[in-house]
Amino acid sequence: MADRSLVHIAFYAALIAALGLVPPVAIPFLGGVPITAQTLGVMLAGVMLGPVRGGLAVLLFLFLVALGAPFLAGGRGGLGVFATPSVGFLIGWPIGAFVAGWIMRSTSGMNILASAAISAAVGGIGVVYLFGIPGVAYMANLSLGQAAIGSAVYIPGDLVKVVITALVAQTVARGLPGAILSRS
Amino acid sequence: MISIYLQGNSWLHKTPASLKLLAVAVASLVLFMVKSAWVFLPCLAVVIGLYASLGRTGLRQLKLLRGLTFFLGILLLLHWVSGTFWEGVTVILRLIVLVLAANLVSVTTRMDDMLEAVMPLFKPLEWFGVSARRPALGVALVLRFAPYMMQVFSRLREAYQARTGAKNSWKLLPPLAIQCLRMSDNVADALRARGGSEGLSGR
Repeated sequence: MADRSLVHIAFYAALIAALGLVPPVAIPFLGGVPITAQTLGVMLAGVMLGPVRGGLAVLLFLFLVALGAPFLAGGRGGLGVFATPSVGFLIGWPIGAFVAGWIMRSTSGMNILASAAISAAVGGIGVVYLFGIPGVAYMANLSLGQAAIGSAVYIPGDLVKVVITALVAQTVARGLPGAILSRS
Repeated sequence: MISIYLQGNSWLHKTPASLKLLAVAVASLVLFMVKSAWVFLPCLAVVIGLYASLGRTGLRQLKLLRGLTFFLGILLLLHWVSGTFWEGVTVILRLIVLVLAANLVSVTTRMDDMLEAVMPLFKPLEWFGVSARRPALGVALVLRFAPYMMQVFSRLREAYQARTGAKNSWKLLPPLAIQCLRMSDNVADALRARGGSEGLSGR
């Protein structure tokens, strides 16, 4: 079944890339902070694929970006993005997807909507910021507190993505139950 | 192929990818130890000079800094507020130099060459009985899937627009996921029918 796994990993990596091309939405009540759909793909990869394949899907995506594919939101790509202060978030992505998949698997008795929401929130927000904030602090020579304040503007948008992830997981589970690979 | 690579024939294009990667890695390590803002000014001049050596299309690449302006502004503000203004200037100059240098490798190296240069890093996979060519196959699959997915998505969106008048909705995501997963099952079957990914390694 290893080939099937490889195809699924590549498929979710492509999904993360495709979501990066969705134009950013500026939500007025959040002060117009642009929200991209890309981390939605990271959450979905973990929740749908499970820990190992989800993490690998994000790694494969980042590998393509490093090779020069302009797949990050805003058409960015290449090695340059790994030299920006947001590199910590990029490192957090595969680990976040792994954790999301792991939680998804260990709560497999739970209602899929709740389980996916918890997984996406802990993996896609908690873990990602756990790496992202120190990354900003280190690259920009700021204190952890300052870096956290600077990063916090994106959290409301990420919460929206958690809700969408949960709704998508539930709808897909209804339409194609076998597609929730984290639970099969 | 979709890539930020710039077509060209400069000396940087001719330099082997591995050498460029090594140079940028060493430069990043060294620049992280530098604490003085003055060191970065000549570095910045050198990097911009390298872009200039690619001709006008090279210099046009510097526009990638525009995407960073907002972020760098906030950064300087945070440093200024906490009384470390000059440290902020140093940090910003270092970031600009590092980003430009790393980007220079990407715009002058074809994706194939870059993949070729990092392939040796996947050799250890073979100790675990996994072909080192699987990551490369994964890359090829993603590059094929991504445009297909965009196609499916725009078809779904057109239908949705015709039905509701609204442009975009999260409701497009589940059908997108389901349609694409069906497709990926077909690809997996096709791959197996051709001997699987291990078969591709020629072993």
